[in-house]
Amino acid sequence: MSPELVTELPRHLLSIADLNHDQALLILDTAEELAKISDAPIKKLPTLRGRTIVNLFYEDSTRTRISFEAAAKRLSADVINFSAKGSSVSKGESLKDTALTLQAMGADAVILRHPESGAANRLAGWTNGVVINAGDGTHEHPTQALLDAFTIRRHLGTVGGDLEGKHIAIVGDVLHSRVARSNVLLLTLLGAKVTLVAPPTLIPVGVESWPVQISYAIDQVLPEVDAVMMLRVQSERMQNSFFPSTREYSRLFGLNLDRMNLLKNEALILHPGPMNRGLEISAECADGVHSVILEQVANGVSVRMAVLYLLLGGNIGVGS
Amino acid sequence: MSAGKPVKTVLEQGDISRALTRIAHEIIEKNRGSENLLLLGIPTRGAYLAARLAKIIGSIDQREIPNGVLDITLHRDDLRSRPPRALTPTVIPPSGVEDKIVVLVDDVLFSGRTIRAALDALGEVGRPAQVQLAVLVDRGHRQLPIRADYVGKNLPTSADELVRVSISEIDEIDQIVIAGANES
Repeated sequence: MSPELVTELPRHLLSIADLNHDQALLILDTAEELAKISDAPIKKLPTLRGRTIVNLFYEDSTRTRISFEAAAKRLSADVINFSAKGSSVSKGESLKDTALTLQAMGADAVILRHPESGAANRLAGWTNGVVINAGDGTHEHPTQALLDAFTIRRHLGTVGGDLEGKHIAIVGDVLHSRVARSNVLLLTLLGAKVTLVAPPTLIPVGVESWPVQISYAIDQVLPEVDAVMMLRVQSERMQNSFFPSTREYSRLFGLNLDRMNLLKNEALILHPGPMNRGLEISAECADGVHSVILEQVANGVSVRMAVLYLLLGGNIGVGS
Repeated sequence: MSAGKPVKTVLEQGDISRALTRIAHEIIEKNRGSENLLLLGIPTRGAYLAARLAKIIGSIDQREIPNGVLDITLHRDDLRSRPPRALTPTVIPPSGVEDKIVVLVDDVLFSGRTIRAALDALGEVGRPAQVQLAVLVDRGHRQLPIRADYVGKNLPTSADELVRVSISEIDEIDQIVIAGANES
């Protein structure tokens, strides 16, 4: 008999802030076990047979949606993909009506990507099913942070342990980045030290209350860190000019070959994707020896399998 | 446990070690040696019992007997009746399960549902030549057509009694007790 779970997750995964240290480790440890499935000849488990999971995506996404879909299918759940384009949303249907429609069709879980911060939170109040936040505006993207932490732990930490004493730099457009917000919460929860590096215009207001250090000089930070996470410059969210030109941004904050040589030998380069090659990260860095960017994608499936199993695998989260 | 039936110790340390030694001999006898054997324990206690059996068989036949752990959680048929369970690492020796004689090891055989899940989990790892089952206690009340090849002790029980196996690796003591159902 396998032991009953001592720690349980909250009903929904809306924000890393809802997790404690043990719960975060539980997800990473479960993902570690499920990662073995991805190596097995038969990549399929019966665990979520009969569960229906809806990918509700109001924003474009490649890896997150496909990653969730692959994770759900490896656990034998039924997956319905919904993208706002080509649906009744373009006729003006609200999020609430769409969500209630999906619930009426028997969705056990909704994975929501939405341009408005807090959308997942609102949705959780409207439906009976489990809600998983796959990115809401500039607020959070919890599964991305979990897969980043999982990737860092696989290289620098120990299985079953946390990231105590590791130093991680998050570089770039912190202001618009839900990935950065989730990562700051999760990495510090796991004991790591986090330094944000960005032009002052791309540092959010109120950052003094975050458990992080701030730097405006990437060259001073790189030699000290165990991992550097490059953020995408989110042109679609930049109505104002936050920096004079992309060329200047690239020169001051982009990761290039010279800067890569400042890193420690075993330091990692992460990027949540999609990359603007030549802007925040050069091709040599993205494809170089320090890069774990493709591993992040592979680990994303394991981490999302873990989240789906822990939220939907038991008697909780039944749509009743 | 004021209203419950008394707790009764049915096997003590010596009984358990004798039962395991007998099972070890039976495994060798039935398979005409210990070649090609792989012992896989079902967590939690089955895993330790598999390691013990491998050691005993190894000392009889003077060879290393590969053994490992097979986690069945994701294949259980009662997942939805309770909160999600933690996963235990599955450990398969590098020689794999292909064409091996796999002996599944568990502490108590009861409904048979754990073993059904184990067969499913094993099928995902590979295709053994043969699968056999060794249990320390068979307490009856099967709900599926499954039987053990090697049994340490047949223990007639009523369905609402509890059979508790303790082993020294995690419980500090080797013993098997039957407790009344009212005991909590």
